[in-house]
Amino acid sequence: MMIQAIVFLPLLAFLIAGIGNRAIGAFAAKSITTGALFISCALSWITFIGLINGAPATDHVIAEWFRSGDLSVSWALKVDMLTGVMLVVITSVSALVHLYSWGYMEEDPDQPRFFAYLSLFTFAMLMLVTADNLVQLFFGWEGVGLASYLLIGFWFKKPSANAAAIKAFVVNRVGDFGFMLGIFGLFMLFGTVSIDGILSAVPSAKGATFTFLGQEVDAVTTLALLLFVGACGKSAQLPLHTWLPDAMEGPTPVSALIHAATMVTAGVFLVCRMSPLFDASPTASTVVTYVGAATALFAATVATVQNDIKRVIAYSTCSQLGFMFFAAGVGAYGAAMFHLFTHAFFKALLFLCAGSVIHAMHHEQDMRHYGALRKAIPLTFAAMVIGTIAITGVNYTSGYFSKDSILFSAWESGSEAGRVAFFVGIFSSLLTSFYSWRLIFKTFFGEARWAGSEHIQHAVHGDHAHHDNHADAHHAPATGTAGYHPHESPLSMMIPLALLGFGALFAGFIFNDLFVGGETAFWRGALVHNAEFYESLHHVPALVHWAPAIVMALGLLIAWRTYIAKPGSSELFKQQFHVLHRFLSKKWYFDELYSAVLIKPALAIGRFFWKRGDQGLIDHFGPDGLTRVVASGSAAASRLESGLIYSYALVMLIGVAGFATWFIVT
Amino acid sequence: MIGLGHFLVVGAILFTLGVLGILLNRRNIIVILMSIELILLAVNINFVAFSVFLGDMVGQIFTMFVLTVAAAEAAIGLAILVIYFRNRGTISVDDAQLMRG
Repeated sequence: MMIQAIVFLPLLAFLIAGIGNRAIGAFAAKSITTGALFISCALSWITFIGLINGAPATDHVIAEWFRSGDLSVSWALKVDMLTGVMLVVITSVSALVHLYSWGYMEEDPDQPRFFAYLSLFTFAMLMLVTADNLVQLFFGWEGVGLASYLLIGFWFKKPSANAAAIKAFVVNRVGDFGFMLGIFGLFMLFGTVSIDGILSAVPSAKGATFTFLGQEVDAVTTLALLLFVGACGKSAQLPLHTWLPDAMEGPTPVSALIHAATMVTAGVFLVCRMSPLFDASPTASTVVTYVGAATALFAATVATVQNDIKRVIAYSTCSQLGFMFFAAGVGAYGAAMFHLFTHAFFKALLFLCAGSVIHAMHHEQDMRHYGALRKAIPLTFAAMVIGTIAITGVNYTSGYFSKDSILFSAWESGSEAGRVAFFVGIFSSLLTSFYSWRLIFKTFFGEARWAGSEHIQHAVHGDHAHHDNHADAHHAPATGTAGYHPHESPLSMMIPLALLGFGALFAGFIFNDLFVGGETAFWRGALVHNAEFYESLHHVPALVHWAPAIVMALGLLIAWRTYIAKPGSSELFKQQFHVLHRFLSKKWYFDELYSAVLIKPALAIGRFFWKRGDQGLIDHFGPDGLTRVVASGSAAASRLESGLIYSYALVMLIGVAGFATWFIVT
Repeated sequence: MIGLGHFLVVGAILFTLGVLGILLNRRNIIVILMSIELILLAVNINFVAFSVFLGDMVGQIFTMFVLTVAAAEAAIGLAILVIYFRNRGTISVDDAQLMRG
């Protein structure tokens, strides 16, 4: 019963808070959803610890969904180690984000709706990870997409939020198309959509081929790649990453829950869940490795020039997801899941800290208007430093264990793709360290630059009479505090920070042996796990072993030199390498490229069919033509109806004469 | 000797006058009523003429009915006209076009 409670309590909370909405009020909605999530979270930890202690993997069938010919699909909750890991990640982060939102969304008039959506998301995500067949997994997959759409566009009065929500939905649709084709293909090949059924039949399907456009293609490789397209969409990998930074339009707790800790890791989860399939196809694994490495590098480079605090963390998420994917690509699925697990803690922590900073700075998100905040909000500062040392991988924090095991796996795999991924990963780690510390230094150190902020000006003066003031603020941020006093966030926001900070520091140390510990690992067949391979990670060359620590220190040093020691040097760099800076701040021109190649032609075609096809042809001769005939006919008929007696009489006379003539003639 | 043809010619002339009175008259609804009377009289003359020449009394009796109905019709028509004039202040035919489409 435990697993049913874990999955369906959030659904129940969603229904109560969503249907009750204003009728039950904000406090009731908040209490019910948060309470349900904390119960769900406690039960998840019990389940997880039970699994670690050797409880067997189970599969609870709840009801049959549909049956059509050979295709039979049930609602079922599958609990194995992989699910257990995801359960604790999802429910823990979700419960803490619910709690955090009490403080963060305090002044929002629509709180019941917000909490209902959060719970809906949690339910959909739990359905996704507990699915024992691909159709139910797809149900959860679409459910989280829907919840993501609703929450990105939560402030629906903001046009940019609506645009971002639609963009996230549409880009995910591209990935989902590949995912659906993958499910169809798997059913065609194996005759079942059950995950266990498919994975146990993979060895016998090796070498099977599809005929496509007269070409013989390897079935397993094709299907793995199709599933990977879906994973790319959900996990914001190149080239389907463009929606994730824009998704930051949503409220910050949403970014922490959906766009950092849980939903975007669904792609990694999918690849790990189907790991025997990917393992059976070296080609697909190589593609996964290269795409992951490319994304890790791309997102890390872009993150170094972003000014919006949330966008920096968003690109950081994108980059870390790239790490997870190339870990999966080189066969270290355990390491990928380990990084997913630790990343959930420290990235949620970073996002919630960013939310706390934004809360303190009266909704200003631009780091150019921060500075010197460490004395004003010391607790948030401490939590954010914890998150930063975890993500950059300072020794014995959680990021250290998971990231190092990924990088060592890439090196140890020995393949060309693995070596490329290793070097790209090391360079990305350098950038990670740089942009993470840059964020800290720009936000908490230096002199206060708050006066340039429109939001701060509003907060201080309570009016809108400062347009001339901030017009030039974007070129040269004004310095000074403008008399503003940032306030530390309330207790409901600080408790999640403390708990996540604990996770960010110690999750790696506690769970290292379980996730990537060779013989001592706990996976028990939930994913492909090669114990010897993980043992060999302890014996990598010394330089490889120390490389992550070296680049981490180097990144810190560069950031310190650029933003603390010589504050003007970033401007100097910008001037000297303005082409590079422009290229990076335009995000490698991906949005412009898609706009030119896809969006503009699509709009042109749409406009052609709208103006020429629909309005010009169908409407013109169809409905519009008919109404024109009727209208002109009735206008002519109404002219006969003059209302004058003599004209009626004349018509009558003509009629009589006509009848008379008729009778006489015949 | 005055024969049937003469009577019919008179009837036809009266009838034509009545019709033209309705069609050409633009100013006065009373003229229309009078024209209708003319048409009815033309019909009556035809009835009586045929009745006499065919030796059948039915035509003359029918004429009495027509005269009665015509009188009633004229009374009702004039009554409506009086009310109409009171409401609209005119009995011009051109202005009476409430039914215009």
